Amino acid sequence: MFQTRIHGRGGQGVVTAAELLSVAAFIEGRHAQAFPSFGSERTGAPVVSYCRIDDKEVRTREPILEPDALIIQDPTLFNSLDVFQGLKSDGYVLVNSNKNLEELGVADAVKEIPDKHAYCVPATEIAMKHMGRPMPNAVLLGGFAAMSGQLAFKSVEKAIQSKFSGKIGDGNIAAALAAFDIIKKITTTEKKE
Amino acid sequence: MNKLDNKQRVKFYQKGTFTVGNRLVDKKARSVQASMERSNAITSGHRACQGCGEALGARYAMDTVMRVTNGKAIACNATGCLEVFTTPYPETSWQLPWIHSLFGNTPAVATGIAAALRVKGKKDVRVIAQGGDGGTTDIGFGCLSGMFERNDDVLYICYDNEAYMNTGVQRSSATPPTARTATTMPLGDAPGNVFGTGKSMPLIAMAHNIPYVATASVSNLHDLETKVEKAMTYRGARYIHIYVPCPLGWGHASDITIQLARLVVDCALFPLFEAEHGVVTGSIPIRKRVPVEEYLRPQRRFAHLFKKGAIDTPRIAKIQKMADANIKRFNLLRKEVEAFDGVTGLSLKDSKYT
Amino acid sequence: MFEQIEGSNAVAKCIALSRPEVICAYPISPQTHIVEGCGKLVKSGKLKNCEFINVESEFGALSVAIGSSATGARTYTATASQGLLFMAEAVYNASGLGLPIVMTIGNRAIGAPINIWNDHTDSMSMRDAGWLQLFAETNQEAADLHIQAFKIAERLSMPVMVCMDGFILTHAYDRVDIPSQEKVDAFLPPFKPRQILDPANPYSIGAMVGPEAFLEVRYLAHEKQQRALKIIPEIAKEFKGVFGRDSGGLTRNYKLEDAETIVVTLGSVAGTIKDVVDRMREKGKKIGVLSICSFRPFPKLEIRKALENSKRVIVLEKSLAVGFGGVVANNVMMSMQGTGVHVYTVVAGLGGRPITQPSLEKMLQVAENDKLDDLTFLDLEREVVERELKRERASEKSGPIAENILRDIAGLDEAKR
Repeated sequence: MFQTRIHGRGGQGVVTAAELLSVAAFIEGRHAQAFPSFGSERTGAPVVSYCRIDDKEVRTREPILEPDALIIQDPTLFNSLDVFQGLKSDGYVLVNSNKNLEELGVADAVKEIPDKHAYCVPATEIAMKHMGRPMPNAVLLGGFAAMSGQLAFKSVEKAIQSKFSGKIGDGNIAAALAAFDIIKKITTTEKKE
Repeated sequence: MNKLDNKQRVKFYQKGTFTVGNRLVDKKARSVQASMERSNAITSGHRACQGCGEALGARYAMDTVMRVTNGKAIACNATGCLEVFTTPYPETSWQLPWIHSLFGNTPAVATGIAAALRVKGKKDVRVIAQGGDGGTTDIGFGCLSGMFERNDDVLYICYDNEAYMNTGVQRSSATPPTARTATTMPLGDAPGNVFGTGKSMPLIAMAHNIPYVATASVSNLHDLETKVEKAMTYRGARYIHIYVPCPLGWGHASDITIQLARLVVDCALFPLFEAEHGVVTGSIPIRKRVPVEEYLRPQRRFAHLFKKGAIDTPRIAKIQKMADANIKRFNLLRKEVEAFDGVTGLSLKDSKYT
Repeated sequence: MFEQIEGSNAVAKCIALSRPEVICAYPISPQTHIVEGCGKLVKSGKLKNCEFINVESEFGALSVAIGSSATGARTYTATASQGLLFMAEAVYNASGLGLPIVMTIGNRAIGAPINIWNDHTDSMSMRDAGWLQLFAETNQEAADLHIQAFKIAERLSMPVMVCMDGFILTHAYDRVDIPSQEKVDAFLPPFKPRQILDPANPYSIGAMVGPEAFLEVRYLAHEKQQRALKIIPEIAKEFKGVFGRDSGGLTRNYKLEDAETIVVTLGSVAGTIKDVVDRMREKGKKIGVLSICSFRPFPKLEIRKALENSKRVIVLEKSLAVGFGGVVANNVMMSMQGTGVHVYTVVAGLGGRPITQPSLEKMLQVAENDKLDDLTFLDLEREVVERELKRERASEKSGPIAENILRDIAGLDEAKR
């Protein structure tokens, strides 16, 4: 089972991100479960969402306490919560930022995990470029695919298409591909299509 | 008309009256009650009190509905006198399909019935919801407003005897000022129900802009029947508020039910009017006005206003003022001598359906 | 066909496949997505021959359902928590009138204090109202149970509540097999009630039944639920025949055969417990879990048979009878009378408190060592309650507990002195 925890703020598409991850896994014929930390609808409040991917039925329903991967859509959260709590020693971290982890002051938090497991990607800027909206969630999924090797980019693309049609879908996919490529250049664990 | 094996035949106890079989009245203008073919939707054997205004009003209304719809109607009822005295299990007085669910949900149940009929394509079957004042203006208020707001195809009839009668005469939001009830006793500085409370359900219905709202009294049979019949020509939410005296709750003689129902209209405490989409379209002028005292005196619930040697002039005056306000609002003392519909009492000038 | 879909959406689709004729509901978290899903299907024309009514309250919702069902239309509604209580009068009315309404409960806690997260207090509050209560363990089962519910309800002429954990199931995306219309039609025939409100055959329903007949009417309702104990598994079997999978039934037994410790529970937490059970089995512990699907009628005999050879039973429930203890545990204990098996109560997950595998394992370890209290509140913050109890002992105060804790922390009342 591969467990991903996504942190962000209300309005950044954190819940949709987890859903899209699960749809991408489904497209590859795998079992997936995605759910948010629930609360009243409120823009700007910290939100967490979860996605479990497995090759058999996912039965457990608890929040993800020991994530294999963390996606952090909003680095300002570093000041408010310990987003890294429970991160597995061989886990992955992907942060939406145009700074690097040291500049963000969290290099310590990721020093245990292996090389080429932690990345910063300027997802908001990429999103603005390709979609004209500062919505980083799909972008980061492209980065996640490259980083973790859990999903082929094609699956991420199909998942985005299933939710967003037309120009919006195209924009999201282009942005996701941009992030995918950035990380692909650095990592060697890209999954074969 | 109905498939029940009705062993009871319609009986007339009074003949040659305005109500029944008056051969001077044109056949077309005769009341539903005058016909041997009336459905008798609430058949005899029910357990209502002697002189019950509600039993009368309900029969008048339902027989009209049955004639207009050719017997294709379904009724639902709130908890209350009407429900209790017509269905002493295992017997029932109702000659049409009928359901009683709860006290406060009758308008919603009616909505559900109407929805089911729509989905089944039974366009010709109509829905009537019935409740007393308590079930309508108090506990059923929310559901009623919802039904109005959705403009569901339901005719809601409120039988107003101005208190929770079935449970022992407790005050409702339809109880008039100074009236004695078990929870508004004639004691202290403000005896009986206090002034400055209460709500007018007909006006509230009008505020929802529904197709048709009307008030009626059991003293004017033709008017009541005409209004019910007219209501049934509309689709959408409709409301009729019928004034029904209660001998037991009001403390009046059981043989003056209809007389009281006439006095309340003639003293202007209960104006007879119609409204469509929030606008008053007509009212019945008072032919011979009477002071409110004449209406109040025969009822023991107002007895404390008429104590020997200590008549409560100020309060009676206040009630009179309410009546005066109705006169003004609904133009009930129209002096114009003009043609009016002899049956309905509506001026032909005002009438929209000559 | 398999879809990766939100639980609520899966339920909405399966409701639609069941050919409902009237849907009426009032929004309340966490059921909103189900009703919105149904509304969309009606408005778009995908769900034909269905009236969708926007009602003014939950009381209105179930009342509309009563009128509609009595007129012969297959009727559906949904609610949760406060909404279920708001329609409480109508809940009893619907079962008393024998109307086969199907209602989803998106299980949620009841206030005060107001809480929108999952627990089973709402369903439990209506457990004696005469409705059948079926609990879904997964979103697949939630979707399947609705289809089965219409059949069960209409065969028995009794309303059915399908209970699914609010947010945990309703708002989770899962892999769900949405059946085809043909298969559902093959399984679920059109609604043909014995009596309906119909001018062609008028009759009166809802009369006042006095002391001379009321007891018999109630007894017959009780008998009906006893019959349901046979009908529910029958229909689950018919379901398997058409759709090819196990869904519903009275209970789901997991690794019980030689179990010494058995956890009894309802709803989605069973899945979490199964993972713990597998891990403990690897370590050699003889442990299993029994997940109750039909809570009403309560399958006393089945549960007794499944549990009587164990050493200990732990009822893990998301409900609390304030002033008494467990609700489900109470029902289980009654079924276990005379067996000599000790039944422990573990109240967990109230108000949406996550039930985690580490906590479960710890609790089960204590149980295995026979050191578990009769009544345990899983993951209770001992320090917080001890501090508050100490403050309360110093001076009794009136008012709501949650707000009083804050007053104490802020030292408001000391400051006044």
